[in-house]
Amino acid sequence: MTVEPGEFCAVVGPSGCGKSTTLTMVAGLDRASEGTVTVGGQPVTGIGRGTSFMFQTDALLPWKSVLGNVAMGPLFRGVPKRAALTDARDWLRMVGLAGFEDRYPHQLSGGMRKRVSLAAALINEPSILLMDEPFGALDVQTKAIMSDELLTLWDQSKPSVIFVTHDLEEAIALADKVVVMTAGPGTVKAVFDIDLPRPRGSVQEIRFGQRFTELHHEIWESLRDEVTRAYARTAAAAPASSSSAVLS
Amino acid sequence: MTRRRLGVHAAQVAVFIIVFGGWQLFTSLKIVDPFFFGQPSGIVRQAWDWVQHGTHFGSIWLQVWTTMEEAIFGFLIGVAAGVVTGVLLGQVRFLSEVLSPYIKAVNALPRIVLGTLFIIILGLGMSSKVVLAAFLVFFVVFFNAFQGVREVDGNLVSNVRILGASRLQVIRNVVIPSALTWIIASLHVAFGFAIIGAIVGEVLGAQHGLGVVITDSANNFNADGVFAGMIIIGAIALVAEWLISLLEKWLLAWRPQTAAESAAA
Repeated sequence: MTVEPGEFCAVVGPSGCGKSTTLTMVAGLDRASEGTVTVGGQPVTGIGRGTSFMFQTDALLPWKSVLGNVAMGPLFRGVPKRAALTDARDWLRMVGLAGFEDRYPHQLSGGMRKRVSLAAALINEPSILLMDEPFGALDVQTKAIMSDELLTLWDQSKPSVIFVTHDLEEAIALADKVVVMTAGPGTVKAVFDIDLPRPRGSVQEIRFGQRFTELHHEIWESLRDEVTRAYARTAAAAPASSSSAVLS
Repeated sequence: MTRRRLGVHAAQVAVFIIVFGGWQLFTSLKIVDPFFFGQPSGIVRQAWDWVQHGTHFGSIWLQVWTTMEEAIFGFLIGVAAGVVTGVLLGQVRFLSEVLSPYIKAVNALPRIVLGTLFIIILGLGMSSKVVLAAFLVFFVVFFNAFQGVREVDGNLVSNVRILGASRLQVIRNVVIPSALTWIIASLHVAFGFAIIGAIVGEVLGAQHGLGVVITDSANNFNADGVFAGMIIIGAIALVAEWLISLLEKWLLAWRPQTAAESAAA
């Protein structure tokens, strides 16, 4: 599996096939037990400078204000405080949160917290943006709005994106390329190019287009087998040897 | 103030009157012997006498101040040592695995007995009490700081590491703030231990302090004196508790109000 510079790649697959693990290996948080991960031609040995990560759960520091959370990235990299805060204010304006600088994360809605996370991830101007089901916990409407905003922001700086999701429609609407992973030992089953033109406009609208439906149908054919297999495996394992299933 | 709050306060006053009024009444009627159990009026008289004429060991303020100084210094030293050790052991797994059986063993000992040893080593002055207080405080704070560091959300750590934080920056920005909730919670108990350390140290041997005044009263069969000393210590502890609550509010201002706090407000 290869992601080109500036490419938006979505990864779909059944639960537990190692989608998230792939991301942590690219980020340098985990080591690969077999095979290699290379970024820009170099094998990954630790956390790289050009990578940002957006987690599924909130990873904002609850004791820091919104502004403090966004300014963390540049501050850790030695940018002077003044410049970092100005930069953070700009990014908050870009994600539509001007005026919320002094709030704490718990005072914001789920969607707003995601915007803060997005600003915090993009402020470091990453060349690779890793996203692990970032909008999974949001309601459908908020998710659509966030997806639109993600595309707008992505279009400005064009980092390579690896976007892990369960939601096939979300994957097709956002990505240039959808990777389907197999159940169990997670390997790449198939790669689908999404030839929908950009800019794509509203994520909500695009899914009614004819080409979208065709692609959805085609990829779902491939994904369905894996999902069924993964499901059958857990269903079979559960009653027969429940104790070992719990342990493993 | 709501009606319910008013009711609570009225009931609190009623409890006070029943306890102390009953105490006064039963001792006045000689149903309970005031020689052994003291008497509220006698306790007030004794405290007032100390304020006016001083104790056998000099002015009452000197005694109060000595005990407070010992407790406060012991508290500060114990908290600092506990936080540093807790964070260090929480971060360095090897160290915590090596030391954990020893720490558990020391924690299981009746540490208060060490007070006698500190007096032999450091003498009758303040330092032996400060060390005893610090020693008691250390363990309470240490265990909380250690646990707090262990409970840090791994996601938060991964996130700031990817954002570019060094190990020290991770500790400063994530580990310590996150453990602070635990540490602060331990401070309430810890100050109580600081006072216990100071008083027990004084009881074991000292020239000044409320512990000395209490022992002296006990040796003279002066129950009122013992109670008066206890009440003064209680008042100090209440003030300290209030100060720690203020500190807690200030340090944990970021926290959402809990249901209990909003009910109390």
